[in-house]
Amino acid sequence: MSNLTLMIVLLALLAIAYQLGLVRTRQVAGQNPAQRMHSRPHHYGVLVGLWAVLPAFFIFLLWSWGSPWAIDQLLIAQLPESITSDNQELRVALRRIGNLASNFGVVSEAADWELQAAAFLAETRQLSSGLMLALMAAVSAAGLLYGYRRISPLQRARNQIEKVVKAALVLCSTVAILTTIGIVLSMVGESLRFFSFVSPMDFFFGTTWNPRFSTSGVAEGSLTGSQGSFGMLPLLAGTFLIAAIAMVVAIPLGLLAAIYLSEYASPKLRATAKPIIEVLAGIPTIVYGFFALVTVGPFLSDLGDFFGLDIRATSALTAGVVMGIMIIPFISSLSDDIITQVPKSLRDGSLGLGATKSETIRKVVLPAALPGIVGAILLAASRAIGETMIVVLAAGNSPSLTANPFEAVSTMTVTIVNQLTGDNDFSSPQSLVAFALGLTLFVITLLLNVVALVIVRKYREQYE
Amino acid sequence: MSNQTDTTSQPMLKSAVQQKVQASLSRRHRQERLFKFTGLTAVMISLALVAMLFINIFSKGLPAFWQTSITLDIYFDPAIIQISEKPVQRADESSNEFRERFLAWQGELGMINFNRLISDSLMQVLPDADQHRRQILRVVTSGERFALRDMVKDDPSIIGQTKRLNLLTDANIDVWLKGNIDRSLPDHQQQLSPVVQKWADDLYASGIIKNRFSFALFMNPDSRSSLASAGLAGAFMGSLFMMLIVMFLAVPMGVAAAIYLEEFAPKNKITDLVEVNINNLAAVPSIVFGLLGAAVFIGWFNLPISAPMVGGLVLSLMTLPTVIIATRSTLKAIPPSIRQAALGLGASKMQTIFHHVLPLAFPGILTASILGVAQALGEAAPLLLIGMKSFVATVPTSPFEQSTALPVQIFLWQGNELRNFFEARTSAAIIVLLTMMISLNGIAIWLRKKFEQRW
Amino acid sequence: MTRDHQDRIQQVQSITETGHSMNQQTELKMKARDVKVYYGNDQAIKGIDMDVVKNEVLAFIGPSGCGKSTFLRCLNRMNDTIDICRVTGTIELDGQNMYDPSLDVVQLRAQVGMVFQKPNPFPKSIYDNIAYGPKLHGLASKKSDLDDIVESSLQKAGLWNEVKDRLDQPGTGLSGGQQQRLCIARTIAVSPEVILMDEPCSALDPIATSIIEELIDELKANFTIVMVTHNMQQAARVSDRTAFFHLGELVEVGATNEVFTNPKHKRTEDYITGRYG
Repeated sequence: MSNLTLMIVLLALLAIAYQLGLVRTRQVAGQNPAQRMHSRPHHYGVLVGLWAVLPAFFIFLLWSWGSPWAIDQLLIAQLPESITSDNQELRVALRRIGNLASNFGVVSEAADWELQAAAFLAETRQLSSGLMLALMAAVSAAGLLYGYRRISPLQRARNQIEKVVKAALVLCSTVAILTTIGIVLSMVGESLRFFSFVSPMDFFFGTTWNPRFSTSGVAEGSLTGSQGSFGMLPLLAGTFLIAAIAMVVAIPLGLLAAIYLSEYASPKLRATAKPIIEVLAGIPTIVYGFFALVTVGPFLSDLGDFFGLDIRATSALTAGVVMGIMIIPFISSLSDDIITQVPKSLRDGSLGLGATKSETIRKVVLPAALPGIVGAILLAASRAIGETMIVVLAAGNSPSLTANPFEAVSTMTVTIVNQLTGDNDFSSPQSLVAFALGLTLFVITLLLNVVALVIVRKYREQYE
Repeated sequence: MSNQTDTTSQPMLKSAVQQKVQASLSRRHRQERLFKFTGLTAVMISLALVAMLFINIFSKGLPAFWQTSITLDIYFDPAIIQISEKPVQRADESSNEFRERFLAWQGELGMINFNRLISDSLMQVLPDADQHRRQILRVVTSGERFALRDMVKDDPSIIGQTKRLNLLTDANIDVWLKGNIDRSLPDHQQQLSPVVQKWADDLYASGIIKNRFSFALFMNPDSRSSLASAGLAGAFMGSLFMMLIVMFLAVPMGVAAAIYLEEFAPKNKITDLVEVNINNLAAVPSIVFGLLGAAVFIGWFNLPISAPMVGGLVLSLMTLPTVIIATRSTLKAIPPSIRQAALGLGASKMQTIFHHVLPLAFPGILTASILGVAQALGEAAPLLLIGMKSFVATVPTSPFEQSTALPVQIFLWQGNELRNFFEARTSAAIIVLLTMMISLNGIAIWLRKKFEQRW
Repeated sequence: MTRDHQDRIQQVQSITETGHSMNQQTELKMKARDVKVYYGNDQAIKGIDMDVVKNEVLAFIGPSGCGKSTFLRCLNRMNDTIDICRVTGTIELDGQNMYDPSLDVVQLRAQVGMVFQKPNPFPKSIYDNIAYGPKLHGLASKKSDLDDIVESSLQKAGLWNEVKDRLDQPGTGLSGGQQQRLCIARTIAVSPEVILMDEPCSALDPIATSIIEELIDELKANFTIVMVTHNMQQAARVSDRTAFFHLGELVEVGATNEVFTNPKHKRTEDYITGRYG
């Protein structure tokens, strides 16, 4: 039985149990005309339905989560020693057996022990799902019966349902926290594995990035050269170089556009220009990457030729400029929010003294909004640092330690993509380094965000 | 103003202060104009950049929605298509046995050289084709032989008939005829041999090759052997599955979390922490979510690589904070008087929220959800890390099958070696993606306008 | 005799009619004729004529929403900052129409300063708050000149002794009453001829209020002051003349004791005796 049918059966069961509960409630109410039922009949119905379905559903979840692992363990116990000793080989074998068991494999190529294992696997799987179904049915029936018999005028059905709903709400709000924990744990775990190959000193302070290729973990006693060097600094420098260029493009444009639109523009211009600029924010970054690669890069390169500069088509400059374009709406809409929050009384005070509009903006509004704007810029910078697709396409992917924006560079995000999508083995330092880079990236952006959010929050409170 | 002898209004007699003020005026007004002009320039540059981006993409991409195809009379020659009768399930046969027989028949079909049909037909329209037998199959893209095979598979009675069909030409012919390659380049730098170049020009002139709307772009999955028939169908389905997963996972969870945090959660250190955590999560680079997916979903839970299911999960986690934040601000905007009114009538807190607050917040929540889904639709970076970068030549029929996604397809296509062809095709794919995203955003804006309510 | 001159005599006559105590220094500072103000399609001021005499304190009273603040803001064109606000009619300052398109509003506001309802010091140091206006208008060529302006303004506003040791601290850190005096000092620093005050004490406690009232009395010597107040006692205490507004109209204007003790109009009397407002 597929999971989908199972879910449909559970839903049907829910409906049936609900009806049963409803009927029973009417019955109970009829028997005790003197006593009012605590809740409305449908509350009792829903409660019976929940009793019938929820426990069974939890069993299903637990079972589908745990049983593959348990079955694998049983299976591995069956396999010959020669296979189980090597992790790599074991994984391949398990996949083959899995395919055989679900009739995907070509039977003639399989070894005898594989066939046996596949048969065992298929059998165990069938047994397992049979067991699960039986258990679910039993629990379901018991739940239904229990819920059904509990119906009484005194039962606070509505409150109980609300408790269940509230529990579900709490569960949902923990997902965000679990995500953070998941990010931290997985990053830290994999990074530690990486640091068992490469010392943190070499990683954080190394100035050469040349990881080489590896299809399996670094063998004991391998030549020192084959491991490559994992110095993060060139990547960090590239990341910050590009982000800096992006900010140089985006801050003046975004800030000035926000000021003009919020302080000077006619309502008509504001109503047209604002959404158009915000369209930039909705464009997928891959589109910017393509734009950078195909249009902006060659354009900048030609421009460089014209001025006698040697600008590569894919360079820090190309990626930075296009990333700056991407960030314009981010800065302009955040600044717009912040500028409009500066109280009118301050503007009036300045205008009342005979200041011109621009004097008021430059000397009163902007200084007053400065903390908020700094916060916005930090948020934008963290976005620039974490941006991936533009730099993958347009930065040139050359991990060199340079401050020359006309050169090709590489960034942490690009390297994460390269290291994890190449043909590297997942447990080699070449792959694991992606997690160490990811962790560094996460920490940098986290710091920027926390600082920015604190600043912005303080700023908002100031004018509330 | 009259210039009569009214002493007090004479500028000459203004106070020293007024004279100083007046002296500063022209300089200050110049500054004012300069400042205003700078601001206007910034707006104009931003608008121009938007315009440039769109003009650029559209001018490159629109021609790719049309593609050259050749009209040929294909004779399904029984001498070439030698095949037994298509099996029909017999009453005494189990479906497994039938499947085996059918597979055997398909195997037979696979042995047939459908290219012969095409080259035979091409001989009819190309008088000098005999001398260049090897070149002849470079006119029609290689994937079209499978189209012929599938026609036979669906309806074997076609054998022996002649059908007039439009077959896609080779990608290089498309490039050649659209002028996307410099025709003056020497022959050894051209993708097409001089013979094929001449054929293409002749056939185009005689109307046998025509530029037609490219259904392949929408109906076909990606292809590497037959570039002209590469399409977006596979990526589209992958994206669709992921959007559905986000819709059914991130949206309800996000809304539920927002309801709890906004309406129920006690104000204390823990909820403060949760709030900070959610705000931060919203600003975590998307690629970090990709790493999370690679480590947790694929590394620990052993979920299938490249599957929209995993992609959907990763994107759900990524959009969750967006949905939570937007829903919370919607809930915040609903005045407490409505809650008090319901509570005052004896409704429980849960009833108040589900019967009164949520219906009022619905438009806002809907907008937030659409924006979240749109964000997920455009994201590529995390998908690369969970293996959705691999080439998939089939259209996935379930979220557990290998697939790619629209933004990733764009990434793959932009890297194709046949740049003259794929630059346009990639732009076309971008147009499709942008159209989807802008429609989603447009719907969200429309909903917000329609239901906008001031309290 | 020129037409202007005739006007001038008429004006003075109208002032005597409206109860101003005639004396040698009586000189017309501002003259508003048929001023109407619209917010979009709503008319907030329905044709007001009013004269302001040099070195007097003129108080506007009236129930909330009667248009007194709106009219006050017309006197230095602060209403320009509200997009939907439209003003018709003429207001003359020293005989020059301030709604003349050729007139520079920056210059006008340097002549007619304004103090607002809520103290609104800039988020800068006390010194910079005062120095802001003089710096803008180029009133000080040297740092020492600026220092002098700051000191004398603060002294005139009666704040010098309280803040002289902490001029570099933020103006927002002062108490409410001090902040309002800072704002008055900031206005004085530009040496305006007229100071408009929009309920300057409404956000202050009684002690701070009385300090400001004393200050207004002192400032009268150098400046013409037009103030809006919600508080009739305050009007009675500090103003020379009082104008009563109701529903966008100027009902009555006259010498303060006259208006309070012997109002000409029923509406004024009802308001003063507390029937409404």
